[in-house]
This record gives sequence, structure tokens and C-alpha cells, in this order.
Amino acid sequence: MLYRESGQFKTSYPADQAIFPIVQDRWGLIAVLVVAYGVVPFLIDDYWSNAVLLPFLCYAMAALGLNILVGYCGQISLGTGGFMAVGAYAAYKIMTTFPNLDFIPVVLAAGLITAAVGVLFGLPSLRIKGFYLAVATLAAQFFLVWVFNKFGWFYNYNATGQITAPPASVFGTLVTGAHTHPAVTYLFCLSFVALFALVAKNLVRNRVGRSWMAIRDMDIAAEIIGVRPLTTKLSAFAVSSFYVGMAGALYFAVWLGSAEPTEAFGIDQSFLVLFMIIIGGLGSILGSFLGAAFMVLMPILLKNVMVDSLGMAAVTAKHVEILLMGVLIIFFLIVEPHGLARLWQIMKEKLRLWPFPY
Amino acid sequence: MARQPIGDVLLKADNISLSFGGVKALSNISFDVREHELAAIIGPNGAGKSSMLNVINGFYHPQQGQITFKGQTRSRMKVHQAAVQGIARTFQNIALFKGMSVLDNLMTGRNLKMHSTMLEQAVYWGRARREELEHRGKVEEIIDFLNLESVRKTPVGRLPYGIQKRVELGRALAAEPSLLLLDEPMAGMNLEEKEDMCRFVLDVNEEFGTTIVLIEHDMGVVMDISDRVTVLDYGRLLAVGTPDEVRNNQEVIDAYLGVAND
Amino acid sequence: MSQDLMFLTETVISGLMAGVMYSLVALGFVLIFKASGVFNFAQGVMCLFAALTLVGLMETFDLPGWVAVILTVAVMAGVAWIIEWAVLRHLVNQDPIILFMATIGLAYVLEGVGDLVWGSDVKVLNLGIPQGAWDWGLDNLNLYVEKLEIVAAVTAGLLVAVLAIFFQKTRVGRALRAVADDHQAALSVGISLRSIWVIVWTVAGIVALVAGVMWGSKSGVQFSLSLIALKALPVLILGGFTSVPGAIIGGLIIGVGEKLAEVYVGPFVGGAIENWFAYMLALAFLLFRPQGLFGEKIIERV
Repeated sequence: MLYRESGQFKTSYPADQAIFPIVQDRWGLIAVLVVAYGVVPFLIDDYWSNAVLLPFLCYAMAALGLNILVGYCGQISLGTGGFMAVGAYAAYKIMTTFPNLDFIPVVLAAGLITAAVGVLFGLPSLRIKGFYLAVATLAAQFFLVWVFNKFGWFYNYNATGQITAPPASVFGTLVTGAHTHPAVTYLFCLSFVALFALVAKNLVRNRVGRSWMAIRDMDIAAEIIGVRPLTTKLSAFAVSSFYVGMAGALYFAVWLGSAEPTEAFGIDQSFLVLFMIIIGGLGSILGSFLGAAFMVLMPILLKNVMVDSLGMAAVTAKHVEILLMGVLIIFFLIVEPHGLARLWQIMKEKLRLWPFPY
Repeated sequence: MARQPIGDVLLKADNISLSFGGVKALSNISFDVREHELAAIIGPNGAGKSSMLNVINGFYHPQQGQITFKGQTRSRMKVHQAAVQGIARTFQNIALFKGMSVLDNLMTGRNLKMHSTMLEQAVYWGRARREELEHRGKVEEIIDFLNLESVRKTPVGRLPYGIQKRVELGRALAAEPSLLLLDEPMAGMNLEEKEDMCRFVLDVNEEFGTTIVLIEHDMGVVMDISDRVTVLDYGRLLAVGTPDEVRNNQEVIDAYLGVAND
Repeated sequence: MSQDLMFLTETVISGLMAGVMYSLVALGFVLIFKASGVFNFAQGVMCLFAALTLVGLMETFDLPGWVAVILTVAVMAGVAWIIEWAVLRHLVNQDPIILFMATIGLAYVLEGVGDLVWGSDVKVLNLGIPQGAWDWGLDNLNLYVEKLEIVAAVTAGLLVAVLAIFFQKTRVGRALRAVADDHQAALSVGISLRSIWVIVWTVAGIVALVAGVMWGSKSGVQFSLSLIALKALPVLILGGFTSVPGAIIGGLIIGVGEKLAEVYVGPFVGGAIENWFAYMLALAFLLFRPQGLFGEKIIERV
């Protein structure tokens, strides 16, 4: 009977419009933040940072972005990898052109540049829908990766074709490059992602979010009510790409340190992020986080079990992972198309009645 | 509250002709709707009733003829402009936003009245917050008016058909339209639900003074509540007049009522 | 013929041949889309899977080619049945986009299974299809055309002819067309949707096998095959999702366009534009004709 909303009456619209109208949810969030900020930084080491926490945060950011486009606005995109590449290369070019710039404006600018590119590739969405659009975003994926491979300007004409993040700092503390502290990079990414998760939540519960969902659910009716399809769809592409671009910048500069377009930003990335939001929950901010966590942790767990415990060959384990990923996607789509976020909600609803369900 | 007297012509359709490929959906239709009036369009299936509504709110572009609304004449118009001018509508087959709550559906109806920028909404501060709360208040009035309080936060996809029809009316009302187009608001309802819906339609007309154009198959309802009836048959205009005039029009009886009443 | 014109002809022919391959994959898509409204993203991986199975059977059990082909067809039928039983059945009436994403999952499953069972190394497929240049063409017309490509074109033609007869003349074919037109109506006259789906996916599996064999013979059976097969998507956009002739002609256009662009435009922008040219062509095309070459213009109703 811990999770109860009876007795919590709202007497004003502001109270009812709050993000977490229920007291227990607010406490839950505070607890998560306390652990994330107060406990994790003291326990973190390089392994946890590089294998779990940074990938989780970077992918959560990308998943937030893609969820805005796919989950909220209903425009499917298979070009996430390509847009992450735009963010990464934009960050690289800015960092190498202005070596003393603080890293925060770098990430924001990378996001904005990606947003512009996203709008460009979102333009066809006015005339085409559904699968046709999916194919159009594939064009973005392949084209962008090709561009970053072919034109030396993007990787400063270096011999390897790779991009490597130079050291950059936030308020005087290094966050990229070889000499960073895991706790610092973690806290930086965490703050960034937490802040923009809040922004995303605000957007989806306001007018622009409602317009996105209206277009998703019934575009003709939305237009007749006065929602402009083009601007609405393009705003979804812009915001989504902004997030994905920032994710790409963090992914490349903070987590990986160096990247090569075909490997780091291939179509597999697009699918991976798409899977995150399917498993986590389409149209759910929380779901973006849950999905990212799931898809980051699953391969690690599988590897631990299959390779380390059962002594399987790494290649075989990789194949099992691919297979399992497919099975999970199908499983979630069949059983719970709204993903982990919905399961969490159902659990809370059960908990409301527990232990007296009748 | 007393009903507002019927005023000047609000909407005028002149010689509207519409065809799809070779199929003529509407030919040379002219009629008008006056302010505060409750006008009905009737006719057998395929008579062109829905097409007429689609022309009025700019979804179909007629090959010929023009629409005058609030003194502005146009032959082609975008759907969005119609919404800006104050035309709202409901649909024959419910076209709600199924994944959104009743509250959000109605709030979307107020979309055109909100002006905060995306940046303001992102931080939910200042104008965005003020607007959100102010319009929430307005929407609550409509929720109250249509007795939707108990389902306020339920996703509309989970609601029964009759309630969904009501939510759709609410969404159109949320826009505070000067012309409300209702496409078969009572189709598929049982008697009780029909009576409720009739009450709501009449109340809207009386309390808000909203001009209404209604398509309906239930003759009893149409003859009861409308001020004037327009009869279409195979895309042609058969008759226009008060319910009594239409009821006694021989052509109408032959083409439509006679068959229906057999 | 002048040297330039010769070269152009050869480019066009090799484009046409690549186009035939795209058409074959696109054909599988169209079949499934028509009968079940499912946009089958896994069609490309099905080609890979079918080819892998064929090679695997031939190598592991040392079977003659034709026995392996028959067994592979049986395997593809089994796969179709499992897909219907495990996936499609549970997703009836779901949003098309959900089904689409399910087929992405399916692509991963098939890839995982294929790799687990047969290994992920590049395999050589040798079904006895003649290799090398077409001698007569080389001698008399001075044209360089691969024999394999001619075989592929002829096979594709035969396959389309057989499918056309199957669809137009047989009882099952009629049922398939009925389902394609209207699921509900088909159900109401007693057509079993499930068996129809199994049949369609089996046929698509066979088409995938043919495509996989052709491609595999050309460049070995490997994972990249499923990526090449993704190019069937722009083909579909050109040809429309429901049109068999559209799939064929779209495939040819993409094949030729891509080769011409690679040869005549590629050098100026750094090459390797084959990766994305097809998509961009389709995208540009979409802006002018959203319904595809042969699709019908949809009148939206409310």
C-alpha cells in the first residue's frame, strides 16, 4: 500500500499539470537522481564508464530523439546512424577549428547543425508516408555515411580517414580526449541527458507535442483542426535530429574518442536505436531510457553468460545475440507494443491496489 | 437562455460542382446557411452530403463554383485556412487521436488559439505555462458541458463508440468555431445516446449561438431539430426549405422519404 | 560501333542485369505486400538465408545441386510456416508500421539462425551455372556480357511467367488475389487467411532462393548480400508496392541508373556512389510521383 494516489487531491490545474502528479513518483525520481549524482560517481571506474554508463547515456539521448520522431510524431526513420554521424562530424569540425571552445556550445551547435540536416531530409515527409518515408530516410543513412567517407574536409584530410576527438573541457575540466576522469565524463553526460530529457518531457506535454501526436494518430483530422502538417512534421524532424545530433557528438567525442563512419555510424546503429525505443516503449520518455539500458546491458550479460561462463566462442555468442535481439523485438511487438515503459506502468497500477486487489 | 435570432447569410455555396475522374459527386449545388441557424443536409447514401462538407472546409476542391464564408469568397482554399476562419467539423467515421487522452484531444482542438514558441514550451515557463493553464480551464468547461469528467485522462481509443462521438464534438467545440459541420453525429447510436447527442447539438446552438450544418440519416431527428433542410440526391440539389416544406415536397417524397417510409 | 557507344551499351547491359537481381528481390516484397499488407523488410535476409541453406546443404551433406534446391524450398516453406505461426498470427490487425518493425526483428532472427547453423564466412556457390563471358556476343558483337547474367535474366523471366500463370489460372492464385484485394471479404467467402499467408511467404521464399542463388553465384554467399538486397526498397518506390510489372521495370531502371551514374558521374564526386544513388533516385522520384510508376492515385476520404 506504499504506492497510493488516493487522498492526493489536486485543487489547481498547475498541480494537475505537473510532470509527476503523484507523490511517490516524485520521490522515486529524487531517489534515482540521488543515486545517479551522489553514489555512482564514487564507485565508477573505467570499465563501468566505458562499457555501461557512457553508452547508456549516449544511446538514451539518441533514443529520446528517435522516439520524438517515431513514437510521438509517427514518422519512421532508419537514418539515425547517419544523423549521429552528422552530429559527430560537426562536433569534430568545430572542436578542431576552435580548439579553446567550451564543450557545451560544441555539443549544442552539433545538435543544431544536425537539426538543419534532419529538416532537409524530412522535407519529403510532406508528400510521402509510412514505408515510403522509411526508404527515404535510408537514403539519408547511406548518403551521409558516404559523404563523410569521401570528402576529406570532414576528417581534416588525415591519412586514416578516422576522426579523433581533441581534448576539450567544460568550465575548465577535461571531458574529451585521453586524460579524462570517468566520473567527470559520466557526470557531464548525465547532466546533459537529464536536462534534455526534461526538455523533451515538456515538449511532448505541450502544444507542439500534442500536434505531433495528432499527426501520428490521424493526420487528416489534425489538419482540419488547424495543425499544419508540414511545420509539425518538420519540427519533429528538427527536434529529433537535434537530440540525435547531440547524441552523436557525445557518442563520438566523450565515449568513443575516435570513430570511422562506416563502422560507428552504419545502418546497424539505426536499427539499434530503433530497437531501443520499440523495447523501451514508443511514445514514452521513460521508455527511451529503459530501452537504452536494456540494449546496452543485454549484450554484456549475454557475453558474460555465454563466453565467460559457458565457454562459447565469441563469434557464436555474437550470432546468438543477433538472433536473440530479433526474437526480443518480435516478442515485444506481439506482447507489449508499448514496451518496458508500459510494463512499468502496469506494475504501478497493480501496486496501487496491492495487497488488496479487490 | 433564449436562442439567438437567425441572422444574415454566413455561408453561401454557389454552383458547386465536384467530380472524381468521371464520377460526378456534386453538380451545380447552391445553398446558404445563416448565422445561428441549425441547417441539415439529407439525402440517400452517395448523394454527395459528405463531399459537400469536404468542399466547405476545403478538403476537396470543387472544379466549379465558389464558397462565400463571412463575406470572403473563394474557389480554392486550404484546409488550414478554413480552420483559421472558424470552421470546425466532426467526421462520419470517428477521426479522433486514438493514442491521446480526452483532455489532449480537446486541447489539440485549441491549437490555433495558442501562440507560445517551441522554446517557451521546452522550458514550460512564462507564456507557455500561462497559455497551457488558461486553455486547460476552457477545455474543462467543455468537458463539463459534455459530461466527460470521468474519462478526462483516458486514451480515447479505449472509450465506447458513443462517448467517442461526444469527444469528437468536444474537440470541434474546443476550437470555438463560428461554423460547425457535423457529419452524421448520431450514426450507429441507440435511442438514448441519440437523445443525449440531440440535446448537446441543440445546446451548442442555443448557448454558444454556433451555426451548425448537420448531416443525418434519422429523419425524426432532422425534422425535429433543424431550421432548414437541404436535400441532395445523386449530387443534385432536390429541395431547400423548412422541415415542413421539405416533408411535403413531392420530388423529395418520391426520391427519398417515400422509399424510406415504406 | 564506336568505342564510347560500345562502352555505353555494356554499361547499360550490366545495369540491366543487376536490375534483374533487384527485381527478383522486389518481386518477393510485392508478393507479400499484396497478399498480407506486410512490408517485409526481411526479404533481403531471406535471400541470404536461402542461399546459405542451399550452400550449407550441398557442402555438409555433399548433395547434388537439384536435391539441395528441393530441400531448400522445403526449408523455406517451413520458415514461412513458422513465421505465420510465431509472428503474423499474433499481429493481425496491428498497425502496418508494427508489422514492418516485426519484420526487421525477423531479419535479425534469420540472420542469427543462418549464421549459427551455417557459419558466417563467405561461401562459394556452384550450382553449375555457366560462368565467364558470353562467347558469341564477344565474338560477333564485341560485347562483354557474363553468361551468368543471361541465365539470371532468363530465369527471372521464367519465374515471372510461372508466377503470372499461378496467379491468374489456379484456384490458389485466385484466392491470393482475393486476399490481396480485401482481407475481410476473402475471409467471408471461406478463404483461409493463414494458409494463404503460408503459401505467399513460401512463394516469396522461393523467389528469394532464386535471387540468392543468382547473387551468390556472382559474388559468393555472404552477409553483404542482404544489404545489396535492401536496394530492392527504392525499386519498390519506383514501381509501387503492389505492382509486379512495377517491380520488374523499377528494378531495371534502378540497375541501369545506378551503373550509368557510377560510370559517368561517380568519378567526379569520388566514386562509390552505388551505395546511395538508388535511394536518392527513388527519393527524387517520390517528390514528383508519390504513388510510384504504376500505383494508383489514392483519393483520401473522411
